[in-house]
Amino acid sequence: MKEKLEALKQKALDDLAKVSDAAALEQMRVAYLGKKSELAAILKGMASLTAEERPIIGQLGNSVRTAIEEAFEVAKKHVVELETAKKINAERLDVTLPSKKTDKGNLHPLTKVQSELENIVLGMGFSIAEGPEVETDYYNFTALNTPEFHPARDVQDTFYITDKVLLRSQTSTVQVHVMENNKPPIRIISPGRVYRSDAVDATHSPMFHQCEGLVIDKNITMADLKGTLETFAKAMFGDKTKIRFRPHHFPFTEPSCEVDVSCFVCGGKGCSVCKGEGWIEILGAGMVHPNVLRMSGIDPDVYSGFAFGMGIERIVMTKYGISDMRLLYENDTRFLSQF
Amino acid sequence: MKLSMNWLKDYVDRSFDPKEFSDKMTLTGSKVEGFEKLGEEIKNVVVGKLLSVEPHPDSDHLLICMVDVGKEEPVQIVTGAQNVKPGELVPAALDDSFLPGGVHIKAGKLRGVASNGMLCSLSELGLTLNDFPYADENGIFLLKEDCKPGDDIKDVLCLNDVAVEFEITSNRPDCLSIIGLARETAASFAVPLNLHTPVVNDGLYNGKTINDYISVTVEDSKLCPRYTARVVEDIKIEPSPKWLRARLRACGVRPINNIVDITNYVCLEYGQPMHAFDYNYLKGGKIVVRHAASGEKITTLDGVERNLNENMLVIADAERAVAVAGVMGGENSEIIPETKTIVFESANFNGPSVRITARDLGLRTEASGRYEKGLDRENTLPAVERACELIELLGAGKVVKGIIDVYPEKAPQNVIDFDPVKINEFLGTDVPLESMLDTFRRLEIKCENGKLYPPSYRADLEGMHDIAEEVIRIYGYDKIPSTMFSAQVSISGRTDRQQKIVSLNNLLTQSGFYEVQTYSFISPKYYDNISLAPDAPERDSVVISNPLGEDTSIMRTTALPSVLEVLSLNLRHRNKKCSIYENAKVYIKKPGEELPDERLSTVLAFYGNGDFYNMKGYAEQVLSLFGIEKTQAVSKTDLPYFHPGRCASLEGSDGVSYAVFGELHPTVAKKYDFDLPVYVCICDTEKLLGVVAEEKHYVPLPKFPAIERDLAFVCDESLSSGDIKNAIVKYGGKLLESVEIFDIYRDAKLGENKKSMAYSLMLRSPEKTLDDSDCDKIMYKILSGLERDFGITLRS
Repeated sequence: MKEKLEALKQKALDDLAKVSDAAALEQMRVAYLGKKSELAAILKGMASLTAEERPIIGQLGNSVRTAIEEAFEVAKKHVVELETAKKINAERLDVTLPSKKTDKGNLHPLTKVQSELENIVLGMGFSIAEGPEVETDYYNFTALNTPEFHPARDVQDTFYITDKVLLRSQTSTVQVHVMENNKPPIRIISPGRVYRSDAVDATHSPMFHQCEGLVIDKNITMADLKGTLETFAKAMFGDKTKIRFRPHHFPFTEPSCEVDVSCFVCGGKGCSVCKGEGWIEILGAGMVHPNVLRMSGIDPDVYSGFAFGMGIERIVMTKYGISDMRLLYENDTRFLSQF
Repeated sequence: MKLSMNWLKDYVDRSFDPKEFSDKMTLTGSKVEGFEKLGEEIKNVVVGKLLSVEPHPDSDHLLICMVDVGKEEPVQIVTGAQNVKPGELVPAALDDSFLPGGVHIKAGKLRGVASNGMLCSLSELGLTLNDFPYADENGIFLLKEDCKPGDDIKDVLCLNDVAVEFEITSNRPDCLSIIGLARETAASFAVPLNLHTPVVNDGLYNGKTINDYISVTVEDSKLCPRYTARVVEDIKIEPSPKWLRARLRACGVRPINNIVDITNYVCLEYGQPMHAFDYNYLKGGKIVVRHAASGEKITTLDGVERNLNENMLVIADAERAVAVAGVMGGENSEIIPETKTIVFESANFNGPSVRITARDLGLRTEASGRYEKGLDRENTLPAVERACELIELLGAGKVVKGIIDVYPEKAPQNVIDFDPVKINEFLGTDVPLESMLDTFRRLEIKCENGKLYPPSYRADLEGMHDIAEEVIRIYGYDKIPSTMFSAQVSISGRTDRQQKIVSLNNLLTQSGFYEVQTYSFISPKYYDNISLAPDAPERDSVVISNPLGEDTSIMRTTALPSVLEVLSLNLRHRNKKCSIYENAKVYIKKPGEELPDERLSTVLAFYGNGDFYNMKGYAEQVLSLFGIEKTQAVSKTDLPYFHPGRCASLEGSDGVSYAVFGELHPTVAKKYDFDLPVYVCICDTEKLLGVVAEEKHYVPLPKFPAIERDLAFVCDESLSSGDIKNAIVKYGGKLLESVEIFDIYRDAKLGENKKSMAYSLMLRSPEKTLDDSDCDKIMYKILSGLERDFGITLRS
């Protein structure tokens, strides 16, 4: 009987070591550990043994059973591993196949740049002001120190609705509305559409977008204007950006300047984007003219301020290297999807 | 304004590199647009003397010339021109020379005979008869200049100038002149300005002075503050000398004849428009500066008859207008080849008046463009003196003794308080006092006892701000430090409205839509394209009185046609699918008001990306974004641009319509060449922005399970799923948690025009687990209600 048990154990361990799938494993369990297994039969036959033999064989029987059970667990673990590996192998994917895309749209580059611009100045404590596009002559010109028959009215060829109503030719109109309705301190920007009668070509459009900025408070200086625009330019075009003021004339600011940023493509060395200049003109600015303050009910002896204005198309085109403005209004999705 | 650098040297005795000059001038406020080196393209072209001219053995029109070009050996050049003769001086382009337009001349052979260059005509040198009136247009340019073989042709023809183009802003009419720019140059480079006082050696002419010729009466001295005149006798009309023509040409002015050239020259040099009348055609020896009579006419120098009105100022003789003041002279008194006696006019006219006159006549001229900016009254006398000086210099006539100068009142002198501390505070700078005073000296601003007196030609200097600009532009804008203003903390950030628009953009772009931007102005035809009725209120648009063209002539009341144009373009460009939207302002006229209502409207449109129910979903999402969760689609059949059977208005529970959506009407689709269905949604964003969303409150999660029941009915096709659903909700009571349609089934067995609709209902009580009998009671109410309302029963 002892030999029989030893032989059984050996056979069971050998068989279990070879098992490689779940079905065979289950067969083994039935064959070696089941109620009708050889081991069960042997142990059942213990009743016929002598009193001396019984504990010895009993002990042996138990140890054989434990050994088979342990071997079974090992085999089971092995089978699970094998099966998992097999499954994984069968589920292998070609990761280079194309992805399943969910359709995603895009903001128009003009809106995108406009909101970048907004985000920058919102962080500087500005608010966003809006004003009408169909405007009176007063807000577009007169209140901006450009009375009737002033030659500066020629610079911007204006679309008129009636003698007194026009399509605003500049977002500076909003300055006046804001000053009329708010007491300093004032810190606003005002982006929006403006209209000038320029025929459509690669760099002109009868409708385009501007963004105006206005700061009015006590003790605002031209140096503050420079600091503000420098901060803005660095945020918009990168940390290394420098700005340059050039004297200019606008009726509603004095002193006035045009502002260049160092070319963000070549860093100022001169390239095709900046036409070899190293600088790109992006905005006009200046200290708000005392006449403008006065007309809008702000005392120029107490308050001072600065204003700046920029063309959003120009920034978009420079930033993305777009050479034809018409693309912006054609709205081909192959174009729009690039931003 | 073009500046001749050679001319500048008369006033500033210094040579400048054009690039450095341009950069510096730009940074001190005179913006340079660019510069042109005249004759730059011409290289290796010299004066040649024709030694011999022989016929070509193998050609009846070519000539073989031996040309002395200042070298030891003459060169042989073959020419086709027939006006060449031995002894003439001609421009000779040598081997390896360049002419305007990039023409490269090399030695070669013409019909077997060596030709080591080319003899040049006027046009081959980039010149015209105006530049050299004596030249033969059809042959080689036979030079009548003081020159010798081998001289560089550019020096001989004064083609060695540099023309610098300035953009002069409207506040600086004084800089529309050589002297003005010389003054700026001197101030910018801190070099002396050499001004010149004209000297005229006038005299009695046959014992007469100017007063024996003419009298000048100014009837409106407000519109003509000063009128200065001189008379010149013995006029000989002829071409101007080379140097004068060269200067005019460099400044972009075409030489005509000595008298016209002198008026143009003085205008360029002094910035003072000049006019010359033929004295013999001034009737009655009178010049009267008066308003035009109503209905008066004049034919101006350009040959056009002009109708004048009483607001216009004219220069008249005893009988008729001879010039429109400050705009253009009349044909009746213009300088002609036979002119013997002239009157020079050098006058000052009121800017706005000239501007209105020029505008009303549709006649903008060089003179009117200057006058309307407001010119210096002090300038008329020096300018007319300069003109007379040039007359004498050119030997063009004899200046008659005396000047008529009607100048009742000088322009008021601006006086500005000088407060250097305030200027520095305003600029945020530390410009030293001495530097400010130096700037004032350079700009001829007188500083006395704390007051500043700008010169007469600087009417733009009115207050402290203007002075601050002068100080800083000469000191250097680059020396302004960068500081940040200190400010009180204020609430900034986007307004609720602005934030909602950002959210709307996010929603739509994340849903696969591309934002587009189209013009706010459209063609009235756009309304036809979307089938609007002829009397549709949407056609009542704000109209632009001076549009670029019909295409952009009215402000849109709807963005639909613009968006459809974009969609159509994408289809034409073979983009297989396209979803777009625009947040568009529309401009709605308000009765009795000057300005229209500008309302935000959002138009969504797509093709190839879904169907009606996709668009319905987007519309619902938009409404939901604005806090309108419970919506109802109500069929709409009366919108001409939508398919009447596939269109709905989306309403909130308040019954207000916030959007309309549907499939584009087939007729409209055809107009845009759509060969596939297009879906559109027009949201009244302005209305949506006004919605006050309800405050959100937490609702406890349900404690008890829900019971699900399904119902299916057979009903007429005409009964809409929404009607059934609404009835189920109505009869279901508050224990009905939700109801959703999950199947629509059509089959011949159901009968003609019948459909089966299946709904899934969720019932739940917050207080207990519902049992079958609770549910059955609810179901009974629903079923009996449906039977009563619609006559429909459960599908068996």
